[in-house]
Amino acid sequence: RISNVLLCNVTDRVSFWFVVTDSSKNVTTVPGSEVEAAIRMNRNRINSAFLLSDKTLQFLKITSTLSPPVEPSTPVWLIVFGVVLCLIVAGIVFLVVSGIQKHKKRTKDTTERENLEEKVEVTVTLENGIPCEVLDLKAGHINGVFAADDERFTSL
Amino acid sequence: LSATPEITKEDGRPKWDNKFQYILSCIGFAVGLGNVWRFPYLCQIHGGGAFLIPYFIALLFEGLPLLHLELALGQCLRKGNIGAWTSISPYLGGVGIGSWVVSVLVSLYYNTVLTWVMWYFINSFQEPLPWSVCPLNENRTGFNEECYESTAVNYFWYRKTLNITPDIAESGTLQWWLILCLATCWGIVYLCTIRGIETTGKAIYVTALFPYLVLTIFLIQGLTLPGATDGLAYLFTPNLNTLKNPRVWLDAATQIFFSLSLAFGGLIAFSSYNPPKNDCEKDAVTVAIVNSMTSLYASIPVFSVLGFKATTAYWDCLDRNIISIINEFDLSEESIMRQNYTSWISFLNSSYPEKIAGLKLKSCDLQEFLDQSVSGTGLAFIVFTQAIILMPGSQAWAILFFIMLFSLGLSSMFGNIEGVFTPLLELQVVPKSTPKELLSGIICLISFLIALCFTLGSGSYWIDIFDRYAGSLPLLVIAFFEVIGVVYIYKIKRFSKDVKWMTGRKLNLYWQITWRFISPLLLLIVFMAFVILQTQKSPSYAAWNPKYEGFPMKEEKVYPAWVQAICVLLAVLPCVCVPLVALFHLTKKKCTSKDSCFVPSEVFSCQGANS
Repeated sequence: RISNVLLCNVTDRVSFWFVVTDSSKNVTTVPGSEVEAAIRMNRNRINSAFLLSDKTLQFLKITSTLSPPVEPSTPVWLIVFGVVLCLIVAGIVFLVVSGIQKHKKRTKDTTERENLEEKVEVTVTLENGIPCEVLDLKAGHINGVFAADDERFTSL
Repeated sequence: LSATPEITKEDGRPKWDNKFQYILSCIGFAVGLGNVWRFPYLCQIHGGGAFLIPYFIALLFEGLPLLHLELALGQCLRKGNIGAWTSISPYLGGVGIGSWVVSVLVSLYYNTVLTWVMWYFINSFQEPLPWSVCPLNENRTGFNEECYESTAVNYFWYRKTLNITPDIAESGTLQWWLILCLATCWGIVYLCTIRGIETTGKAIYVTALFPYLVLTIFLIQGLTLPGATDGLAYLFTPNLNTLKNPRVWLDAATQIFFSLSLAFGGLIAFSSYNPPKNDCEKDAVTVAIVNSMTSLYASIPVFSVLGFKATTAYWDCLDRNIISIINEFDLSEESIMRQNYTSWISFLNSSYPEKIAGLKLKSCDLQEFLDQSVSGTGLAFIVFTQAIILMPGSQAWAILFFIMLFSLGLSSMFGNIEGVFTPLLELQVVPKSTPKELLSGIICLISFLIALCFTLGSGSYWIDIFDRYAGSLPLLVIAFFEVIGVVYIYKIKRFSKDVKWMTGRKLNLYWQITWRFISPLLLLIVFMAFVILQTQKSPSYAAWNPKYEGFPMKEEKVYPAWVQAICVLLAVLPCVCVPLVALFHLTKKKCTSKDSCFVPSEVFSCQGANS
């Protein structure tokens, strides 16, 4: 109750000493240690009553117990680390797989190219102007080379 | 019939997609962490703007000639480091091997620095930043003692990140969080270098250009911070008296040398993928100028932020004093402000001197706070992180800053790894059929396993050792032999003809003079000065020991004998390759007269190889 708080030694600054009396027992002051303990427990309520904070309202000789910093269950850095790691692993896998595919494609291409060369040679013999069948049909001696090519042609 | 468009030329050598990629790779290799955290520090302690004078002289007579030499050499011979020097003369093969060893050693510890950057980066996503608050002690009445005595940033760096031991002989345990980050970093390096310059060429667009973007953002932000102008004035005010100190000239010469990443073999590897007819002279000038401009450009935001930090610390000091005075004299809140602090203090000192003395006020001097200069990891992880806490939106600034540091370091790592990778490919250590991916994977895996040593409690002491001994002295020796080898063994007349064939212009007199006389002489002087300075005092290190009386000051300790032996080994091993290989070939050939041994085969020439 307000009447139980007595002020003394008032200074220019808003600072004061105070004692708390216990009205139930006959005007005896509550011991300092009890007041200290009570203030420590209810620091927040006292602060908010005055719209002040631990920094602006100071109780001499009463150090405030500090609230621990908020710590989430999984450290945040592990989450970020997991994201980064997944990205890297995905990148490596992608590059390695694409490298293997390119390698396979390259070997396939070289064999295809060899086949293509054969095919072009064969078409050249056709595009020479004189199709082989005509040559064959016409009388005359058959060119050995063309005959050989002819064989290859028919094997297709 | 057209051949499928491949990246290989007729001689089977990969090449750059375009010229810009090549220039960017060289710039990325040269521009590294040193441009951000070593150059501004040197500027500050060596008289501000006056330091630029020895810096540019060193650039002109040492940095630029050596850079041009390496780029021209690689382009001409179209081989990696070891192959190039063996081509010039088998006796000079040791130069290539020496720089290969240095590249290996530097790659090992450089990536661990990137590990620390990555650790800070992934911790920057929290609110509040973990290095801004001290953790509480057990009964929650106060803060953790080690943290309270030093600062929260110090605690986070030395305890939460490094978990540092008080002595280098105590190895401590492997820090699992650092191992995870180390694996990630080597994973990133593997991802980017998996197929040699094919993949680094694409990655370099990001890692080389992104830091400039962030530096610009920091520049704009830094200049708006209070106290930025104090920091900048402090940095750039020239003090010409410092030029009388030979230490300044030595620091300028070593800074330009290490800043351009010469003698690592990475530049030779990069330019060996060029088409032979490329203007290497213009490239060298471009890279050198961009590197120096970047150093200057980076020092502006760094010093704005440092000025801001000093000003904030000064204001904090003032505020603490003001609160003590107000409490003591029971004055009202707004009576003493920062502006009238000095007049109040003098008034109170004259009227109540005993009371003032009893308060034990700390003297607040802005100059003192500005003088607290740091370089290297201290700048990034302690000073800068502290400044970032004070900025609004600290998470964003922290994330940006650490990504920038990571990109800077990563692009330098590309050059280092290329210096290791290319000679191995050419020496055909592995059979030709093995894919490049496998070789780079093996290199990264082995490096990761060896670098695990740096994640021990004493890891950061070892990294300092590697930095001081493996990454400094051998490079000077190798560069010296490079110049001597090209100018006097390959003969500068031949080299001039080669360069003329490549660039289309006759070799300038400036290059002739610097290559022949000035650069070797300068290198010799720098080398001797370096050795003298190192041997003058017995090598010591500063240990973080919470049980030390002067804590939070660091304890000066001397290296034990076995550690000193390792230091010597690190410095001497790459250098000793040069005479060893020469000796090996000498005895192999069993020549009768020395002269005939040294004549390189006349058949070989730069143009002949490529026509």
